[in-house]
Amino acid sequence: MEFLFDYGTLRVIWWALLGVLLIGFAVTDGFDMGAAALLPLVGRTDEERRVVINTVGPVWEGNQVWFILGGGAIFAAWPALYALSFSGFYLAMFLVLFFLILRPVAFKYRSKRTGEKWRRNWDVALMLSGLVPPVIFGVAVGNALLGVPFTFDGDLRPDYQGGLFGLLNPPAIFCGVVSLAMLAAHGAAWLHLKADDVVAERARSIGTKAALAAAALFAFGGVFTAAGWLGGYELTSTADFTGPSHPIGKTVEAASGGWFQNYREAPILLGVPLLGIAGLALSAVGFRARAKTLTLLASGVGVAMVIATVGVSMFPFLLPSTVDPSHSLMVFDASSSRNTLRNMLIATVLFLPLILGYTAWAYRIMRGQVTVASISEADHAY
Amino acid sequence: MPDPLIVDLSRLQFALTAMYHFLFVPLTLGLSILIAMMETVYVMTGRPIWREMTKFWGLLFGINFALGVATGITMEFQFGMNWAFYSHYVGDVFGAPLAIEGLMAFFLEATFVGLFFFGWDRMGARQHLAVTWLMALGTNFSALWILIANGWMQNPVGAVFNPDTMRMEVTDFMAVMFNPVAQAKFVHTVSAGYVTGAVFVLAVSAWYMVKGRHIALAQRSFVIASAFGVASTLSVLVLGDESGYAVTDHQKMKLAAMEAMWHTEEAPASFTLIGIPDQEAQETRFAIHIPWVMGIIGTRSLDTEIKGIVELVDDAEARVRTGLIAYEALETFKADRSDMQARERFIEYREDLGYAQLLKQFTEDPLLADDEMIRQAAWSTVPSVPAAFFSFRFMVAAGGILLILFVLAFFYTTQEAAPPNWLLKASILAFPVPWVAMELGWFLAEFGRQPWVIEGVLPTFMAASNLTVSDILITIVGFTVVYGVLAIIEVQLMLAAISKGPGIVDELDDLVPGLGENRPDTPVAAPAE
Repeated sequence: MEFLFDYGTLRVIWWALLGVLLIGFAVTDGFDMGAAALLPLVGRTDEERRVVINTVGPVWEGNQVWFILGGGAIFAAWPALYALSFSGFYLAMFLVLFFLILRPVAFKYRSKRTGEKWRRNWDVALMLSGLVPPVIFGVAVGNALLGVPFTFDGDLRPDYQGGLFGLLNPPAIFCGVVSLAMLAAHGAAWLHLKADDVVAERARSIGTKAALAAAALFAFGGVFTAAGWLGGYELTSTADFTGPSHPIGKTVEAASGGWFQNYREAPILLGVPLLGIAGLALSAVGFRARAKTLTLLASGVGVAMVIATVGVSMFPFLLPSTVDPSHSLMVFDASSSRNTLRNMLIATVLFLPLILGYTAWAYRIMRGQVTVASISEADHAY
Repeated sequence: MPDPLIVDLSRLQFALTAMYHFLFVPLTLGLSILIAMMETVYVMTGRPIWREMTKFWGLLFGINFALGVATGITMEFQFGMNWAFYSHYVGDVFGAPLAIEGLMAFFLEATFVGLFFFGWDRMGARQHLAVTWLMALGTNFSALWILIANGWMQNPVGAVFNPDTMRMEVTDFMAVMFNPVAQAKFVHTVSAGYVTGAVFVLAVSAWYMVKGRHIALAQRSFVIASAFGVASTLSVLVLGDESGYAVTDHQKMKLAAMEAMWHTEEAPASFTLIGIPDQEAQETRFAIHIPWVMGIIGTRSLDTEIKGIVELVDDAEARVRTGLIAYEALETFKADRSDMQARERFIEYREDLGYAQLLKQFTEDPLLADDEMIRQAAWSTVPSVPAAFFSFRFMVAAGGILLILFVLAFFYTTQEAAPPNWLLKASILAFPVPWVAMELGWFLAEFGRQPWVIEGVLPTFMAASNLTVSDILITIVGFTVVYGVLAIIEVQLMLAAISKGPGIVDELDDLVPGLGENRPDTPVAAPAE
């Protein structure tokens, strides 16, 4: 097992685990955000909207922990990335927080009163909290691909030189749209499986379009990237995977098409983006065929592979710098110490299987469709 | 160096959001255990009233829990958003407990809270009880890891500054986990959460009893809350986190500040019951001293000396001077990373690097500091003595009041007669007391740690992000508005749920004879057959 604890190996493992956590977040919290974003489209009456909300009611809380854990893991395993991105994307982060604060409260409080205005306001809050964060996450990924303006000083104090509006450039907004379409399709697949007839049918119709749109847009994204529209960087010095985490001293250059370098070197990696397109396309087929479980699985695979594509394309980059590319954050120079990566790996190996086990159990307990009737009978429902 | 205004605004925002978050956390901690205990009684006895009690208090728990979750996310994000240099500097140590908290606690808590509410009809009684306990366990684990993280800020064990990466790195994670300050804080904070849950249940039950409503539920809840309250208040007071104060220089400074102990006294030191500390004159006016008590509380012994503020400042001055050696060596090494001599010199003195950085308040280049600046830097390690002195006293007084209340309440629950009306009214009045005590406690812990964000390692004024004033003003206003609106809604929902009451419980179970009957002004619910 000693090879597992080699510094270079640990860094690559934690790069992969970061991907696993982000995928865990996008696949689980993604469907409940997607479902919430579709709330006014799939639920026309109060009862129908309650069906939508109650399909995710028992599980959204656990799903959201993937996000919180993702934040914690970036802090623990990639402190420089955490420090730089959270402070650099300051106002965007605040917007995400704003909606993530609203969301738990909206779930819990919406149906505690009967007033029409009360519920309508919370519905709007829920819808926005399912709509805005996926867009912001997509925009953030777009900016990561493009690189963002930052440097470090000699004390490694991060200095970010852009503002909120600098993030809103066309390629990044394009990524935001991909993200929204993908999670809307995934949310629709969830509702298609879990909700009552009327709601499920509406979700099916929207989901088909969203899945096709997501697949097409993602494929276009690949073309754009090849053309250099979505950035690209290249490491021109050698990577020392066992060296100290000090993100100054290497040399990096902006390189159009740089994000295709890994696929050129190992064409088998092309399987990752292709699976992303295939998953999303298959979910569109599943919607047509009313193959409910298959649709959800396919959209889940699609979401996972789209996110994995970003990681695979950028490796070993975590976050490139536009103003001084040699200060870019890399897998080999922005991680925690070997001790911390090892300790955290042990904790993950201990707890992740437990988490997956009881999460699966919770989903099994709450299996079955949510219907208008089941809500009015239920002892506790949102 | 960040603009001092940025630092102040970031501190203000952190204080606002943390103190707001902590309005909800202690109630989550306490209520989760209380409802798990109620459900345990239900499973053991099979009497439906205990099930209804679990559900009723569970409903109030849920209203509170939503805001605890929502405001907790802010806390985890804020380190990176507003304290980027902090995050880089100590993320290697401080990030791990937060991540493990997610792995070990949040998933447990969040997964099982869903099943707690939605699973009543989908599983057996024992299974549901297990779900409730796991949820309670999750909330408590979460407190454990947060306090390990916070304990490390107060007593940064098991880590050193690595000149190759320019940050603190873990050398001994076990030391971080079993940090005595963290352990003391965990017991103290979790017990305080239990006290809050107990006061909440006691006060609401007392209100029902005064009104003569839901007597069966209120009376049983009152019994559980008073017993649990006595035990947890004793735990807060006896296992107070003072036991961790003898550990480090700055913890000693905090202890001296909260006692307004300007000079070292002969052991065992006397305790200043009350007085008015004057930071300028370095004396405490109108002080009333109780001999020996401070020495015993602070050191758990009769012959260990507790150092006074002036003597601790002298110690700090010496550390600023050795810190300068480390600082000089680090600057040399930064300029030429092949200078191994400088690197070794740095490693020899690195423990005191943080003290040299205190000089950056007064001069851009600490190496140019004169004696006067070194003296000023040493004095800057003294936190505001009146603030520490009074927050500590009010906190302890609040704890004392609650202990008396719980002991009386517990005494009357063992009697034949119902608790007297004055006691019920006192219980209702006590409702805000645990929150006041806890906010004061956190204020003391965090404000008392100043000027450090990581004690002895990193001064607060260095730790903030490079942001603009308008960025932070936007978020401060934003948080204040959102949190303000949510607080109003939360309180309204809570009050509505309390005044609506548990509904069907009254008809469910027998009424204990004697209760309510001695108060002719209140209607008595009819006992069920």
